[in-house]
Amino acid sequence: MTGTGGALFAAVFLACAVEAVEAVTIVLAAGTARSWRSAGYGVVAALAALAVITAALGPALTAIPLDALRLLVGGLLLVFGLQWLRKAVLRASGHKDLHDEDAIFARQLEKARTAEAQRRGAVPDWYSFTLSFKGVLLEGLEVVFIVLTFGANDHDVPLAAVAALCAAAVVVAAGFAVKAPLAKVPENTMKFAVGVMLTSFGVFWGGEGAQAHWPGSDAALLVIVPVVAVFAIALTAVLRTQGGPGAGAAPAGAPTAALDPVEH
Amino acid sequence: MRTLTGRLRAFGAFWYDFVVGDDWRVAASVVVALAVTYGVSRTSVPAWWIMPVGVVLVLPWSLWRARRK
Repeated sequence: MTGTGGALFAAVFLACAVEAVEAVTIVLAAGTARSWRSAGYGVVAALAALAVITAALGPALTAIPLDALRLLVGGLLLVFGLQWLRKAVLRASGHKDLHDEDAIFARQLEKARTAEAQRRGAVPDWYSFTLSFKGVLLEGLEVVFIVLTFGANDHDVPLAAVAALCAAAVVVAAGFAVKAPLAKVPENTMKFAVGVMLTSFGVFWGGEGAQAHWPGSDAALLVIVPVVAVFAIALTAVLRTQGGPGAGAAPAGAPTAALDPVEH
Repeated sequence: MRTLTGRLRAFGAFWYDFVVGDDWRVAASVVVALAVTYGVSRTSVPAWWIMPVGVVLVLPWSLWRARRK
């Protein structure tokens, strides 16, 4: 694996692990409160939909000329990365509630317990089905986007796909081993790291797509990633000193506003 | 018809939220930075520094706006 291959693997693994943790929380809530069978059908249906989307978009993306692809994908990654980083800095500095899987799980469980049961076709419980379908599809869309953009740009979609599958396998195995939301996963720190990676790759590929030539070529990434990380940490420190609802001592168990399945 | 319009609107809103997110100014700034980089790259002046400078300007600006809300 090359240097950029290693960075690609790490970025995709981390991003997909974060998304997988969120999807597992939703499926666990649907299965625990209602019906494991229907939740399982929802997961299978969502994975099938994601496979179709990947099969349709993958070849289309790799057919785009590299410069145009890097411009498009670099721009999208940078927009995506800056949104992740923005939320991560706000969370780390106490200006936004931390992402708390326990609280999300409890909220989903309560909703699921009060929802009406309804059978549709082969699905015994429609609520569990749609809850896990939506959760896996929406979190999975981000995974597909990250795998395809990183993979196509680096001419290594298989490596990006392997990284995503490894992340999903580790998280799903852990989730079903403990049969509880993976609240101990340092999700907020991982989101911070993913924001840094997406932003860095977005800056690099966007610049290249817009015909800029980086000093040192690919090695420029080795400077861009730490510089973006240090900049984000510095912004967090500055925001902490300016106060906020939970600034200074970020509450580990702070409740989140509402479950947003595509929240970065 | 109204249902179809509603669904299309919801579909558009989902993709807007998925790609653009909470602050459209960030997305607009990225487009501007890419355009400026392309413009400068057509000259003899190096253009690689424009994207990092864009991030240095846009991220604190967006954070500052979010904090004021």
